[in-house]
Amino acid sequence: MTVVPAKAAPLLIVDDLAVRFPVPRAGGWLAQRQGEVRAVDGVSFSVAKGETLGLVGESGCGKSTTGRAVLQLLRPAAGKVIFDGEPIHEYWRRQGGRWVWESRLRDLRQRLQMIFQDPFASLNPRMTVEAILAEPLRNFGIAAGSQRRERIQQLLQTVGMDPRAIRRYPHEFSGGQRQRIGIARALALGPDLIVADEPISALDVSIQAQIINLLADLRERLGLTLILIAHDLAAVRHISDRIAVMYLGRIVEMAPAQTIIDQPRHPYTQALISAVPLPDPARERSRQRTILTGELPSPVSPPSGCPFHTRCPLREERCRHDVPVLQQITPGHQVACHLVE
Amino acid sequence: MATTTDTVLEVCDLRTHFHTDDGLVKAVDGVSFSVRRGETLGLVGESGSGKSVACLSALRLVPTPPAAHPSGVIRFAGKDLLTLPERDLERLRGNRLAMIFQDPLTALNPYLSVGRQLTEVLEVHEGATPAAARRAAIEMLTRVGIPAAGQRIDQYPHQFSGGMRQRVMIAMALLCGPEVLFADEPTTALDVTIQAQILDLIGELQASLGTAVVLVTHDLGVVAGTADRVAVMYAGRIVEEGTTAEVFANPLHPYTQGLLASMPRIDTPSRQRLAAIPGLPPDLGQLPSGCPFHPRCQQAGDRCRQAYPEVVIASPTHRAACWETEAVS
Repeated sequence: MTVVPAKAAPLLIVDDLAVRFPVPRAGGWLAQRQGEVRAVDGVSFSVAKGETLGLVGESGCGKSTTGRAVLQLLRPAAGKVIFDGEPIHEYWRRQGGRWVWESRLRDLRQRLQMIFQDPFASLNPRMTVEAILAEPLRNFGIAAGSQRRERIQQLLQTVGMDPRAIRRYPHEFSGGQRQRIGIARALALGPDLIVADEPISALDVSIQAQIINLLADLRERLGLTLILIAHDLAAVRHISDRIAVMYLGRIVEMAPAQTIIDQPRHPYTQALISAVPLPDPARERSRQRTILTGELPSPVSPPSGCPFHTRCPLREERCRHDVPVLQQITPGHQVACHLVE
Repeated sequence: MATTTDTVLEVCDLRTHFHTDDGLVKAVDGVSFSVRRGETLGLVGESGSGKSVACLSALRLVPTPPAAHPSGVIRFAGKDLLTLPERDLERLRGNRLAMIFQDPLTALNPYLSVGRQLTEVLEVHEGATPAAARRAAIEMLTRVGIPAAGQRIDQYPHQFSGGMRQRVMIAMALLCGPEVLFADEPTTALDVTIQAQILDLIGELQASLGTAVVLVTHDLGVVAGTADRVAVMYAGRIVEEGTTAEVFANPLHPYTQGLLASMPRIDTPSRQRLAAIPGLPPDLGQLPSGCPFHPRCQQAGDRCRQAYPEVVIASPTHRAACWETEAVS
């Protein structure tokens, strides 16, 4: 494990990112487009070259939306996304009433790739493995003919698959192998930054470890920068240098991976960690649990003040009114909570 | 500790085979287990291991065809559930035997209000009047932690969140105070903080009703916290069985050992490389010879390729099917 020096210039800087989705007003399909969901609000972080940032949180917390907005698969409503010095959030233009990428962003796409959650939905069932992996190469005019095939076979070997698999179709593979194909596709253009959105949650337990190890190996070998999005804190911790915990569209705590586990400061992070089951009967039954009451509030009408105050065991009066800002409490450890000094 | 006379359900040599285009698939192939009053048995395995089909078969909920009629014996209340006339079985299902499923959205009827679905159980099984059934349903919804149950009872499943829907399904399953509850991945679709709430709830209700729970899950962490005993399934068979303490402290089968070693966990001191089990779970239509785990097993020898392993007994409660493991007693 290489520790990334804090001085290294970040490959990615995300500053005050916001993503909003329009929602129909209550009243059914006749209602006019009205309000909006603040799916992501005020999210800031940076990722150094070669670093892995884990983005964790429960469903609806905005972690996947953040990942998509970083890659400009969604246009941010506000904030900046600076990739290797380029303000990629600006590389959009209006065309026929829609926002489309400028050609600069399309060119940068080679360096910005994504691995998807569902290896069953993200591979075209009518394409052979060769066609799936040739597509990005062809789009960017990289390698042709026999060279292209060689490149594809190399890619398959890189992700631990038999290069003879090129003639086969996705349905012939298990979930774990399909995820390897998805990873090979993301690697095809030699990217610098990969956003992996729940890459293991659709896989069987015995296969999850294989894919986690593969991602860790690839990162070391290829010097990849990774944003790993997942709800499974235990898995994320295994390959992340730092972890950001999200709740209702905001980052509530961010710190080095081990610090998040050992010294969580935000009450939500503490509850999240105490809810992760330990495969150890004696410890699992003896440890202190913080069981949260209540449900995740709807992001359409988020609570006032601290978004977590409705479920927080420690809430005070000011938590209902004032939104806490993310503050550094020790170098590299940031928390958004009124009760943490 | 409960005695054997408390056994409420006993499954002996259960086999459920499916006739498919790819040939005969032995989804469950000679599975035996039992549960006692108030006990939780964790049935652990990966997809295709047969854990869900075993539960569905026990309640005869597997459609035939494509499945052949399950063989074996399932003893409950002095009867064999596999040979019981359908009408008698219907009197037990949803009443003395209940099941909750992974995805409450598909298990609940979207066209019927939650109240209608809950009261039906009581009206059918206990002949309750509509008013009495409604009172009991509201009481149970309150008990499973649904706020304002008196109003919410008239809402439809889509108006509830995932965690709340799972509570509704638990309420429905427990309304008649079942003796056995099959819970098939009841928290897999839920977030971890909600999972903790639901597992707690099942535990509380189980303690007060004395229900025996068969908890089907792929998550060894969930089992560690809730099960009294564990049965690990692989390729349609139970490969290891023991008390939760025994199986976690001294796993006998290389598959159980592999599962435990490959799990990322938050309580290990530093980031380590995970000890992944190599290979893939087998195709049930084309099982390897001998022990079905042998192609993925680092300890496999010649015997493992030739014949299904004999049972190794480590204690009166702990056993595994493996040629290579040494029973330490």
